[in-house]
Amino acid sequence: MRVPLSWLREYVDLPATETGRDVQARLIPAGLEVETVEQVGAGLKGPLVVGQVLTIEELEGFKKPIRFCTVDVGTANGTGEPQEIVCGARNFAVGDKVVVVLPGAVLPGDFAIAARKTYGRTSHGMICSGDELGMGDDGSGGIIVLPPEIEVGTDAIELLELVDEVLDIAVTPDRGYALSLRGVAREAATAYGLPLRDPALLDVPGPNAFGHPVQVSDPLGCDRFTARTVTGLAPEARSPIWLRRRLQKAGMRPVSLAVDVTNYVMLELGQPLHAYDRSRVQGTIGVRRAEPGEKLTTLDGVVRTLDAEDLVITDDRGAIGLAGVMGGANTEIDDTEGTTTEVVVEAAHFDPISIARTARRHKLASEASKRFERGVDPEAASAAAQRTVDLLVLLAGGTADAGVTEVIAPSAPRTITIPADHPDRVAGVAYGRETVVRRLQEVGCDVYGQDELIVTVPSWRPDLTDPNDLAEEVIRLEGYENLPSTLPKPPAGLGLTDRQRLHRRVGRALAGAGYVEAPNYPFVGEHVFDQLALAADDPKRRVVKLVNPLSDEEPALRTTLLPGLLQALRRNDGRGSHDLALFETGLVFLPQDEPRVAVRLPVDRRPTDEELASLTDALPVQPRHAAVVLAGAREQAGWWGKGHPADWADAVEAARILARESGTVLLVRQGQYGPWHPGRCAELAVVVDGAEQVIGYAGELHPGVLKGLGLPPRTSAMELDLDALERASAGLPEGPHISTFPVATQDVALVVDRTVPHAAVEAALREGAGGLLESIRLFDVYESEQLGEGRKSLAYALRFRADDRTLTVEEASAARDAAVALAGERTGAALRS
Amino acid sequence: MSAPNKSYDPVEVETLKPEEIERMRDEALAAFAAAGDLDALQEAKVAHTGGTSPLALANREIGALPPHAKADAGKRVGQARGAVNKALAARQTELEAERDARVLVEEAVDVTLPYDRTPSGARHPLTTMMERVADVFVSMGYEVAEGPEVEAEWFNFDALNFGPDHPARQMQDTFFVQGPEGAGAAEGESGVVLRTHTSPVQARALLDREPPVYVVCPGRVYRTDELDATHTPVFHQIELLAVDEGLTMADLKGTLDHMVQSLFGADMKTRLRPNYFPFTEPSAEMDMLCYVCRGESVGNPDRPCRTCSSEGWIELGGCGMVNPRVLVACGVDPAKYSGFAFGFGIERMLMFRHNVEDMRDMVEGDVRFTRPFGMEI
Repeated sequence: MRVPLSWLREYVDLPATETGRDVQARLIPAGLEVETVEQVGAGLKGPLVVGQVLTIEELEGFKKPIRFCTVDVGTANGTGEPQEIVCGARNFAVGDKVVVVLPGAVLPGDFAIAARKTYGRTSHGMICSGDELGMGDDGSGGIIVLPPEIEVGTDAIELLELVDEVLDIAVTPDRGYALSLRGVAREAATAYGLPLRDPALLDVPGPNAFGHPVQVSDPLGCDRFTARTVTGLAPEARSPIWLRRRLQKAGMRPVSLAVDVTNYVMLELGQPLHAYDRSRVQGTIGVRRAEPGEKLTTLDGVVRTLDAEDLVITDDRGAIGLAGVMGGANTEIDDTEGTTTEVVVEAAHFDPISIARTARRHKLASEASKRFERGVDPEAASAAAQRTVDLLVLLAGGTADAGVTEVIAPSAPRTITIPADHPDRVAGVAYGRETVVRRLQEVGCDVYGQDELIVTVPSWRPDLTDPNDLAEEVIRLEGYENLPSTLPKPPAGLGLTDRQRLHRRVGRALAGAGYVEAPNYPFVGEHVFDQLALAADDPKRRVVKLVNPLSDEEPALRTTLLPGLLQALRRNDGRGSHDLALFETGLVFLPQDEPRVAVRLPVDRRPTDEELASLTDALPVQPRHAAVVLAGAREQAGWWGKGHPADWADAVEAARILARESGTVLLVRQGQYGPWHPGRCAELAVVVDGAEQVIGYAGELHPGVLKGLGLPPRTSAMELDLDALERASAGLPEGPHISTFPVATQDVALVVDRTVPHAAVEAALREGAGGLLESIRLFDVYESEQLGEGRKSLAYALRFRADDRTLTVEEASAARDAAVALAGERTGAALRS
Repeated sequence: MSAPNKSYDPVEVETLKPEEIERMRDEALAAFAAAGDLDALQEAKVAHTGGTSPLALANREIGALPPHAKADAGKRVGQARGAVNKALAARQTELEAERDARVLVEEAVDVTLPYDRTPSGARHPLTTMMERVADVFVSMGYEVAEGPEVEAEWFNFDALNFGPDHPARQMQDTFFVQGPEGAGAAEGESGVVLRTHTSPVQARALLDREPPVYVVCPGRVYRTDELDATHTPVFHQIELLAVDEGLTMADLKGTLDHMVQSLFGADMKTRLRPNYFPFTEPSAEMDMLCYVCRGESVGNPDRPCRTCSSEGWIELGGCGMVNPRVLVACGVDPAKYSGFAFGFGIERMLMFRHNVEDMRDMVEGDVRFTRPFGMEI
């Protein structure tokens, strides 16, 4: 809502010294978000006067038509001689009254005017357009031609109200009343403690039987309809300058007198109005719901197919307007031919929800629908109609028809009962009953009662429905800035949950290991699953899809973190960072096996557990995953020696890092899955409730996948289900018993088939070595011709120790032999000779 | 050992003459002093204290002397050998110290060499900023509550007093999830959306817990904005909810003040301006004092502040007293309990707290952006 300060002053006697910024500073604490204060005509300096064109000489030989004019500006130029001005515009003629800026003046935008040579003549000033004067769009597209009765030499700055301040207010959805000068003036009056001249307080004749016939068939959709008729309008009548200027400053474009007047009254009182060309309305004006499929051409020229819920205005032919949203073309005021001489003025009140739905359904947000949705004062309808009639009579020489039609559905004033100290208890401030009552009265409420207040809310505040709404009114008028600052004392909390701690620990551990966190958008296209070489029946291909994705290329939600992370890797690589280790933890979205619709539960009570469970069943499963991707060097080469490329082993180690943080035993075994290199893929599993569960994969990615995605060779990755990892956690670690007896170390080198995994050999050694084994570590792996084709050597360091004695060499050797024997039995391992 | 030779004149045993012994001693001392390093000293040691050194040989001659001369000669030789050994040990210590000092010099390195063997990792500042804010409240006794990102409309809107036709519901640019196949795929038909704010977690927390409830809810939220310098369709919020007996708007103000003091300094404060949100009543917009200029840039063109655009205040987010209708929908008796809530965007806080100028830097995962933020923020 744009509010010119000069217009606002008409209703409140603000101190003359108050600037727009001052008023802004008062209105913001009252809850009107004045976003900007526009300085209209800032920097403008005269002389700027009304002149009359005396002669026009067309200059030839230039690329565009140019006129050399003489203009009578009276004595404004000091000489009384005609002013010589070169002008490129053509929408004026000899004898027209125009706005002339003289040398020495400054136009908005720091445009200084001086006599200057142009097109072979000297131009002593300019004939002005609306744009040049900072007036905004007047629809003419050329210079301003003024009404002939204005006298030559008149100061145009004052005449055109060129200097003003405009408050631009972002009105919140609950405050429909502030979409009017009347509403903003009420807040300004309260803020300054000044009286309000309410423009809706007009003498209005009572309804009678002579008005234009109106039939409301849907009193729920339309609880009030006022119709007034004005006849004898002068078709050539144009809106006066003051009216046009106010519309312009408020951000509306002047169109024609009848339309301008309805817009003006809407801005003033907040009541949307419609003016029908009476000669084009056939019979009774009706209000009803549309018939399904009914067609209406609205004022914007669009043919609309109506819905059975749309509220329409009709005449004997059918729909002539979309009620409260936009009029129809068939009864439009004729503003080009100027043939309209009789109008029917509609001031009605419609159901906000119905209007909101219609506006949304037809994607048609108009000034009218914006106000009806947010709530219009139904009691102001008659006054608005009267004001419109008055202005039409005044400005277009019309005659007000004696007929007054009013269709009003009966309604009672709304009251809310609150304890007098309710605002005090909401705010935590002792305002006292007197203050509460006074503030509510300033809002427009009628208040009765002592300890219990019976509050009748004003007709323009449909948003006031609950006790807390009244509390807010009191508290905001007393000033949010005056609220004290106190701290509540919550009961002792339990701190972060184990799961929340794990999430933090996982991030720290991976960052500590050199990974950089890269959270990604969860939007994916289904083509990524082909790029990741997922099987046709892979469950990850089942996705949650969006109705309105930002990009049609990515209409689905991720089921794996890899697409986003790999994209981040590629982006970094493209920007010149080649040695990369990235991680992400985040939700993936897995559709339910049997997707359901989430029903809309009631809000007037707690939903039952069954109802809540039905919502849970309608949501996708959303486990938290963790993933890493690596490329380039994991360790760089430098003065210390060689570097080390990131590889499959780093990816697997990342999984082990997570398992350690989670306190979970992680099973790593040879696997094959989707995007991973078939020979370099580890399957990651855990045991939950005695059952093994695969929770992810790690290793080097498939060269074909990397090529397809444009990723660096040997890019490696790991992804696992962090929630599943956490569920498999062994819980609290037990403190180990530390023996202080000496350690006995034995190394063994075992030769096995190259397909035998280390993990199997180690498990056998561990089991075979028995209780004396303290630790085991693989320290060498190699293959050679001596070992034979398809064989490899695994060298282990075994450390033995007893709790109660120093081990003898014989004891340690016996344990080692037992370990080797079991490894031999289980895996075919032989001691290397 | 042979029997004493009694047939010769002791005066004739040259090596045992006092002046000869002194000469041998002096030669040894001179040789040690002349030894420039441990190797040379070792040679001198062999030459002057070894089995074939003059003093050793002289010592052997003592036995041949008549008994009356033995004591004298023995004493002289013994004193000479004592002096020689002492000098040797001293020189040995001296040369070893010299050697040790030299080795330490030789072993010196250039300690300015880099050791960027494994580049450092980092957590994303959005993650750590959320934790930082949450920790302010956890230390006060609040707990961290979580909820799903794909959320039922009932939680995201209805339970929060956004009626089906509420204008505010249209203000939110919501991603709608497609309904089950066969049931039509029109907008909204699934009843499921990507949550547009963290506020649905308020409703979940109230349904999950018995009052008093004091929770913070950090998380990811979604709105259909295209990514540009100041917008991102995926962003982060942190929400706070307190429901207890007798909570007031003054408590809300105090809690906000405490938060900004904890994050930005002891003299910080907040300002509330009336606003409208369906799930709070009264509602307010909250601003914090500009932590950079402390409001001193206002009306002071000589000292402009780019953090607050010389407004003196930084807009933080929305807040208010929990609308009693929300309490009713979550089964909490509004006659007994009241509450307050607030929420704000983490991206915005990161932008003004750390001078991040472009939203895109926060979403692209560029390691050059993230690394400087380290582990905590």
